[in-house]
Amino acid sequence: MSFITLQNIQKSFGATQVVRDFTLGIEKGEFVSLLGPSGCGKTTVLRMMAGFETQTSGTIVLDGQDMGGLPANRRRIGMVFQSYALFPNLTVAENVAFGLKIAGTPRAEAARRVDEMLGMVGLSGFGARYPFQLSGGQQQRVALARAIAPRPRVLLLDEPLSALDAKIRISLRSEIRAIQRELGITTLFVTHDQEEAMSMSDRVVVMSGGRAEQVGAPSEIYNRPATRFVAEFIGSLNLVPGTVRDAATGAIETPAGVIALGRTLPQANGSAVSLAIRPEGLHIGQDGNVVLNARVADSEFLGSIIRLRVMAGGNTPLVIARFNREGHTVPEPGQELTVSANASDIIVLDGVA
Amino acid sequence: MKSGRIFSALFFGLACLYFLLPLVGTLEFSLRARRGEYSLDAYRNVLADPQFHQTIGYSFILSLATIVLGVLIVAPTAFWVRLKLPRLRPVVEFLTLMPLVIPPIVIVFGYIRLYNTSSWLPLLGSAAGSDFLLVCGYATLSLPYMYRAIDTGLRAIDVGTLTEAAQSLGAGWVTVLARVILPNILTAILSGAFLTFAIVIGEYVLAALLNRPAFGPYMVWMGGNKAYEPAALAVVAFGITWASMGLIQLFSRFSKHTQARR
Amino acid sequence: MPLAPDRPAARLLVWLGVVPFLLFALLFLILPTLQVVTGAFRTPDGSATLQNIKGLLTPSILRALALSLKLSLLTAALGCVLGLLLAAAVTRGGLPGWLRGVTMTFSGVASNFAGVPLAFAFIATLGRLGLITVILRDWFGINLMATGFNLISFPGLALAYLYFQIPLMVLIITPALDGLRKDWREAAESLGATGAQYWRMVALPVLWPSLLGTFALLFANAFGAVATAMALTGSSLSILPIILFAQIRGDVLQDPHLGYAVAFAMIFFTGIANLIYVTLRARAERWQK
Repeated sequence: MSFITLQNIQKSFGATQVVRDFTLGIEKGEFVSLLGPSGCGKTTVLRMMAGFETQTSGTIVLDGQDMGGLPANRRRIGMVFQSYALFPNLTVAENVAFGLKIAGTPRAEAARRVDEMLGMVGLSGFGARYPFQLSGGQQQRVALARAIAPRPRVLLLDEPLSALDAKIRISLRSEIRAIQRELGITTLFVTHDQEEAMSMSDRVVVMSGGRAEQVGAPSEIYNRPATRFVAEFIGSLNLVPGTVRDAATGAIETPAGVIALGRTLPQANGSAVSLAIRPEGLHIGQDGNVVLNARVADSEFLGSIIRLRVMAGGNTPLVIARFNREGHTVPEPGQELTVSANASDIIVLDGVA
Repeated sequence: MKSGRIFSALFFGLACLYFLLPLVGTLEFSLRARRGEYSLDAYRNVLADPQFHQTIGYSFILSLATIVLGVLIVAPTAFWVRLKLPRLRPVVEFLTLMPLVIPPIVIVFGYIRLYNTSSWLPLLGSAAGSDFLLVCGYATLSLPYMYRAIDTGLRAIDVGTLTEAAQSLGAGWVTVLARVILPNILTAILSGAFLTFAIVIGEYVLAALLNRPAFGPYMVWMGGNKAYEPAALAVVAFGITWASMGLIQLFSRFSKHTQARR
Repeated sequence: MPLAPDRPAARLLVWLGVVPFLLFALLFLILPTLQVVTGAFRTPDGSATLQNIKGLLTPSILRALALSLKLSLLTAALGCVLGLLLAAAVTRGGLPGWLRGVTMTFSGVASNFAGVPLAFAFIATLGRLGLITVILRDWFGINLMATGFNLISFPGLALAYLYFQIPLMVLIITPALDGLRKDWREAAESLGATGAQYWRMVALPVLWPSLLGTFALLFANAFGAVATAMALTGSSLSILPIILFAQIRGDVLQDPHLGYAVAFAMIFFTGIANLIYVTLRARAERWQK
């Protein structure tokens, strides 16, 4: 039994079903992200965990305790909101002390805990300020301190970085992760930003249409997407339509020619598939076992990365990403080159893109 | 949550009773003029009374004059303060809120002492002067509502940018006000106007103390002399207030649609 | 811009834009008020005196003042509490959504349905032959007058005043209630707070400035109201504005400068109410700017 178990959760608002048959186990101390586009049901799962929504069916068990019927204020779950949700009438210290006061913590002990929390989020000395006197990033740190001050069993983060500037978002990302590791607090994080989910989580749950499409470590999700949705949602991807010619040898006919993957495919001969490969899985030169001729259409210089758009085998567009190193030249549009990939980097997905 | 809903429903029900019973009571009472059966006699009597027509006509014209005066004074000022004199804003806001703090009866007392026949500006010496003073008094009473309505309307549009955009296209001040600002705050002006109308049409104290033949004093006179007609008048007055508020709602809803379409 | 503020002539023009308003306010708001204030401290021949203010200290005026204060404080307080409850019930009590629009529109109507017609409505309902009086008598055998209730009395007047005080509160406090964000409540809940704790520690402190302001407004609203009381009670219930009314009409008091003093007393108390409000608000709002 996991520390948190969500079992066959269904949730409908009226006629619309927003969460379908959602099952997930989370281990103690784990950092799990729910990732998906808006409307995929990720926030609803989080809010059911918090007790703000009640699932239509299914059970949520936390540390052996069934959450069914337990109101939000008795779940001992800390929550951080996208909009910070700091109480505007209370100072920073009073905000952080709020949960402790409710729990009846002795004043001296609460004050000590508040100092400790503010120190942890790097806001020592800000205790007497009011929320409106803080920047967005500082407010969200206070919200984090407030959520973890009463030592909740689980920390829920509802898009906590979405309202912040890009720079602060990235620095706060690693800070949240560091604090989470230090406290070893089990954390469920909701985001639509794959970079956030990938960089912070032990495991990522990719959601779409109320369903968990894939659950796995970030590298697993990225390298081995289980479904077309995951493949398309995470990172950027080249998709080439094709038809299976010989499933046993992995030969697939594409507009750019027949590609042999050298592995057995589960699909039947003649079925329509898409070949998927990451831009960084394509190389210039012949050092892979799948080789195509291509002409450069245009190139983008992005600093650390150069992105090339090429036409392979005449009219199949592909995007290639390679690191920018000194001495490398940026290929000119119209230049002919050879593009190659490792067959193991090519994923075969059912259906045509 | 569930007990909260029951409490809410219960409380709302009690509020409904408190607010609707007097209306039902008034309506029922106004129909009782004929012994033993319901009739519209009270209304007929009221409508047949030439005084009713005179006073309500007088109050109607006065409220129109008040609206024109109020808009002319408030709209350009609110616009100007937003655009050019934001420093003056607290002063203007304070002045427009004063009529909520100083009772109307005190204001009109001041008028009587200030503008009587032996003063430097003997407005009360003539009927026209008294009418003018009454309109000014009404404009003063409605100042908080008019200013709030128009200022809210101006806040909803970006006055500075709109003005600069119009000027960069070659528009003069008159064009800016009439073609750009006014159409955009028309709804706000209209809600201020109907609110003013609702305040003025049945007002009693100012009209009574300035001795003007308005609808308010007429109602009080009826109250002292008739039994069922006052209830009929109350129904009429309530209908007028309701119509004014309904029109405000209608216009603001209409403008919301146009905003959504933009 | 055609009006560059660095040229003196242009700067003058900028100020010219507000002259009509300031002139209007001066003539019809400021001067009349000043006239009343200075008049209260002057003898008829223009010299300074405190005699007029002393003239207020007669039993009848003091009684009227006390009655006015009691009426205004009571209806303002009840109006605030009941209006807040009604607004809360409609906006967040889990009632059907359309009730909110209906309530707001009705509040707009009822808060302006003051004065003479309101008095008529209450007479027609709770008066000697009013609907409720008759129903209670004929159906339940209860004689409302015998129970001690009298519409032409303090409780009757207070009941009538609440008819515009409560809706006014609803109109003003509903936007403030909308300003309470849902995630404040959820944050409080996730930190273990009950609904009551949330209201005590977050919602009411956040609403406090609005509540104070509305209380002051309702107080002034009731304190200065004349028409309802006059149409309802004639002049049998003597509250301060009715005394002033009678004085202006020349019915009762002969001394115009006592009228100044009564008017001054009225501004004084509504002014005090607003001064208290402004002070408390400054303290209550230290968490905003």
